[in-house]
Amino acid sequence: MTGSTDTSAQAPEIGPPLWLLAELTYRCPLQCPYCSNPLDYAQNEQELSTEQWVSVLRQGREMGAAQLGFSGGEPLVRQDLPDLIAEARQLGYYSNLITSGLGLNEHKVRAFRDAGLDHIQVSFQASDPELNNAVAGSRKAFEQKLAMARAVKEAGYPMVLNFVIHRHNIHQMTDIIDLCERLGADYVELATCQYYGWAFKNREGLMPSKAQLVKAEAEVNQRRQQLADAGSAMKLIFVTPDYYEERPKACMNGWGSLFLTVAPDGTALPCHSARLLPIEFPNVREQSLQSIWYDSPGFNHYRGDSWMPEPCRSCDEKGKDFGGCRCQAYLLTGNADNADPVCSKSPSHDRILAARRAADHATAGLEDLSYRNPANSRLFFRS
Amino acid sequence: MSVQVPRLRPGFRFQWEPAQNAHVLLYPEGMVRLNDSAGAILAEVDGQRTVEAIVATLEQRFPDAGPLADDVMHFLQDAEQQHWITLS
Ligand code: SF4
Ligand code: SF4
Repeated sequence: MTGSTDTSAQAPEIGPPLWLLAELTYRCPLQCPYCSNPLDYAQNEQELSTEQWVSVLRQGREMGAAQLGFSGGEPLVRQDLPDLIAEARQLGYYSNLITSGLGLNEHKVRAFRDAGLDHIQVSFQASDPELNNAVAGSRKAFEQKLAMARAVKEAGYPMVLNFVIHRHNIHQMTDIIDLCERLGADYVELATCQYYGWAFKNREGLMPSKAQLVKAEAEVNQRRQQLADAGSAMKLIFVTPDYYEERPKACMNGWGSLFLTVAPDGTALPCHSARLLPIEFPNVREQSLQSIWYDSPGFNHYRGDSWMPEPCRSCDEKGKDFGGCRCQAYLLTGNADNADPVCSKSPSHDRILAARRAADHATAGLEDLSYRNPANSRLFFRS
Repeated sequence: MSVQVPRLRPGFRFQWEPAQNAHVLLYPEGMVRLNDSAGAILAEVDGQRTVEAIVATLEQRFPDAGPLADDVMHFLQDAEQQHWITLS
């Protein structure tokens, strides 16, 4: 065994999970083709009970988590959401509800606020009803979202609007920002989709071309400048697709360093898409959050850097990006240990280049996308 | 200036986090860990009292620190620019 003792790559000290994401359910009335839920989510019907969620919240808070996200699926379909919100407030979390706005009404918006919810993020699919509803796979979604965005503001929450951006709506940046301004948004997230889950399946039909991206960036920068000049407090956050970068993003700020996701069935994950990796992840039904975070093989798998193969192993940038996203490495190279192919030093970077070329010539329309619904999900499970 | 009242913007919450051994500012999907002096100043921001009153309190609490008006004002203006607080 001589020669294999690499003491230089000792695991760094593990800090507490400061951010807890509670994916309460995979159920959702919408069918977004870029949904980050697993393709076979429909196979996953055993949701944690209220008591189990309360226990997760308590354990997380005790370990130091301060930010709490309620997401899904659509978290509003959980009837116990008000109780979980109240529990979260009492424990001292800052709680964020991430919702499509469907199933929300003025009464709930106020009741959640009274229970102690700090923030509601309403997600949109586009700036106009036709496109929005086509993407969401629902006919009345847009108007409902507008009404709910207004109700959120009226109840005294900050208004945070999220738009998932892809090739079919990326030309709408200015319109989207104008709409947000009219609504009085405080934060606007323009997030180009990341290609995991359903979005990976639909990548060719979703990924914008370089020309589209450049134009969108220019529009966003121009509007940002105008907002600053006008003294507006509205914050624009534009998340560009990493497929157009030469270095990967520092995924989740490092594996198991800040983020802890608990999936509807209690599976604990270092990031919400990690479920697609060929790694066994622990479940909160069987283990304490403490032992999951600090001791489980799943969470320790990619901590530190001793797991890295070349080119990351000897790269002087590994402390910056941790080799990028494990899910992307797995989806594109078949081995999750590899450098994220977004990196130009990755031997598989040509996959990214090919996707860029494909985006220049893509012709698929919205009707060609695979929508996230139970029928399609079962299809993926069988295949 | 010093008769202005600083107030946390809607959606911002200030609290002590034992796990981080620090005051933090929490806001939609974000968190800033504050250093000791920032924490001490924001702890006095209650949406009622003026900058002047806050300075007086802090000078009383930290008698060895000397006059604090400039530091406090500087920090609050910075916090306003970051859109953490309003000054009005
Ligand atoms: S991305 Fe769309 S389909 Fe997926 S959970 Fe969110 S709203 Fe539902
Ligand atoms: S080789 Fe690995 S560590 Fe270096 S920049 Fe690329 S992904 Fe990051």
